[in-house]
Amino acid sequence: MTLEIIGISVLWMFLFGYIIVASIDFGAGFFNAYNILTRREHILTNVIERYLSPVWEVTNVFLVFFFVGIIGFFPKTAFYYGTTLLVPASIAIVLLAIRGSYYAFAMYGSYGHRGYTFMYGMAGLFIPASLSIVLTISEGGFVSMINGNPVLNYSSLFTSPLTWSIVVLSITALLYISSVFLTWYANKAGDPSATKLLRKYALIWALPTMITAAGIIFELRSHNAEHYTRILDLWWVFGLSFLLFLGTVWFIWKRRKYGLAFVLLVGQFALAFFGYGVSHYPYLLYPYLTIYDSFTNEAMAISLIVAFIAGLGLLLPSLYLLLRLFLFNKDYVRGNKDHHA
Amino acid sequence: MGNEEAVFYSRILTELTLSFHILYATIGVGIPLMIMIAQWVGIKKNDEHYILLARRWARGFVITVAVGVVTGTAIGLQLSLLWPNFMELAGNVIALPLFMETFAFFFEAIFLGIYLYTWDRFENQKKHLLLLIPVAIGASFSAVFITMVNAFMNAPQGFDLVNGELININPLIAMFNPAMPTKVAHVVVTAYMTSAFVLASIAAFRLLKGSNHVYHKKALFLTMKVGLIFSIATAITGDFSGKYLAEYQPEKLAAAEWHFETEENAPLIMYGILDDGEVKYAIKVPYGLSILAHSNPFEEVKGLNEFPEDEIPPLYIHYLFDLMVTIGVGLMFISALYVYAVGRKWSFVETNWFRWILVAGGPLAMLAIEAGWWLAEVGRQPWVLRGIMRTEDAATTSGQVDIMLVLFAGLYLILGVGSVVVLRRMFKKNPVEQEIEDRRKEKGGDFL
Repeated sequence: MTLEIIGISVLWMFLFGYIIVASIDFGAGFFNAYNILTRREHILTNVIERYLSPVWEVTNVFLVFFFVGIIGFFPKTAFYYGTTLLVPASIAIVLLAIRGSYYAFAMYGSYGHRGYTFMYGMAGLFIPASLSIVLTISEGGFVSMINGNPVLNYSSLFTSPLTWSIVVLSITALLYISSVFLTWYANKAGDPSATKLLRKYALIWALPTMITAAGIIFELRSHNAEHYTRILDLWWVFGLSFLLFLGTVWFIWKRRKYGLAFVLLVGQFALAFFGYGVSHYPYLLYPYLTIYDSFTNEAMAISLIVAFIAGLGLLLPSLYLLLRLFLFNKDYVRGNKDHHA
Repeated sequence: MGNEEAVFYSRILTELTLSFHILYATIGVGIPLMIMIAQWVGIKKNDEHYILLARRWARGFVITVAVGVVTGTAIGLQLSLLWPNFMELAGNVIALPLFMETFAFFFEAIFLGIYLYTWDRFENQKKHLLLLIPVAIGASFSAVFITMVNAFMNAPQGFDLVNGELININPLIAMFNPAMPTKVAHVVVTAYMTSAFVLASIAAFRLLKGSNHVYHKKALFLTMKVGLIFSIATAITGDFSGKYLAEYQPEKLAAAEWHFETEENAPLIMYGILDDGEVKYAIKVPYGLSILAHSNPFEEVKGLNEFPEDEIPPLYIHYLFDLMVTIGVGLMFISALYVYAVGRKWSFVETNWFRWILVAGGPLAMLAIEAGWWLAEVGRQPWVLRGIMRTEDAATTSGQVDIMLVLFAGLYLILGVGSVVVLRRMFKKNPVEQEIEDRRKEKGGDFL
């Protein structure tokens, strides 16, 4: 295993972590806003705020970790993606800022301001949309080199069906992931009406997620044939992922073992995400940038990996503690002890 | 938009983001330490007032942390979005501390969440105090690591540049560059100092506004003591920074000091204005600059005339230098006076005019932080990597930077106004008298 592969695997793992925790977060914000608009906030708000409050900051770190890491391991990505992504990434930053400040502002300040809550919920849907543009661009065909500098072609980007399929997938997947997780959480909290509502959401969003994911593979056939062939070579990974998907839906449908259903869901997305990543190999930006020609020098790579291992040694126990105290603490989940500073 | 405009707007946007971010970041570094001290004093003296102090500070801290986190994310991404060529080059050498900063941030985020949401869960307050240690360490270490990156931009090393290629890269040498010790020390202690004075401002303001509660008096005395200690540390590290500049970045020191001719027995110029290359109305401290630069009144200090004209930073940084030093020294004297006078039971510290001075302390400390950073950053011009890459070669070629500037200015306006409104409302609705009363009911009479 080369250093390049280790580097990209580490980053891909963190990006996956971000996608799961951020999906839960964004989806929860959206469901919350939707329920407030339809005057049903009493059903969900408690469950959602109890889960999200202690972890909102942690969610954000996963993203920071990914983008700092990719510049560290692959400095040339700063040149290609930095130049082309100015507008979409800036929009994402602004939306993230609105969300990031919400919890603090709402928890301690103007509790439950409707306008802000609504903005918060909508921002959660637009962030994945603006960030998923990166995935579209990485497929190639939207960046041209002018005078040695990369330039993003917005009109071809916005008229491409691939772009919109990826945007739709990011939104449906986040609503699906979020609702499955929250079904489990609400059930643990002993809140039958929230469980019922979230279970309904989970079943609603399951099918669209699958359809768009399949559609993207199909569109890649004409957009990036090389990538498409590599995906077909890995058909068994995606097949396995689909089986896990069926498992999740089965348990949710039968109202049984919500915890296991969520574990299967994480497995499903992990397989699909890593399958996608492996099939994208070796390109970071097709066809200009591979992980080999953008990789940092060996000394930096080794010290980054050492720092990473040391950091994980610190983080994993801390994360475990966080989960023990909140997510897996019966008293906390049921809201018996909710005394924040 | 031509490239020149892209460079211009990129600079403005970076400056705007950083200027806004450091207000919250400075507090973010300093307040956890203050909370920890209050919690610790409370446990040691078995005095609920200090525990309450810690709790109320923590509550306000959440708001500033939220804004600090999101603006920090913004600047983190903007580095690559606005300065892609710089990041491509520097990323090869300086990615390690940048990476480690996110770990420190991660560490802090986890324990801050735990600290805030387990307020009444532990019977033993000491356990709760233990949670604050990783928060304070994480906060301070993110400042340490990110300042290392900035120090590298002032004193790049840890690589060889051969025909435009970077070779023999050593990340540790890049991290421990000559600018690192003074910069890191100065940044960390000024953050502690500023946070102490900001909290002192609040206590003084409450006392002024008629609340004569002993809680505020305890808060004021504690924060002024801490402020005094760290303002002395600030002065010392500031002096070391001057010596560093004389040795490694003489053009920055000379520009900040309007020191044109290389000379021995160099005087320090305070205040004054520059008119057509002539310094007017300035106070000259004989030998001052030689002492600042070399600890020796007779030593030679390099003047601006020795440098090529296109490598000299803008001369207005002198005003920033004056502002920073004046505020720093002023606050040191005020806090020393206050602590001494309280010890002697002098009554003027209870007068309104003196309390107004204390109220001004926090905002002034913030202003000094801004001035200091502007001085440090503008003083590095025209370089983004001193001696290696000029700022105009580092910026993006994208044509939409001006629109993004407007977008972000709007965002910071909302965040700035929002955080002030929320903080005000939070403490106005729930003054300390009310909270003590509530706690007494909760705990069944044995509270205070």
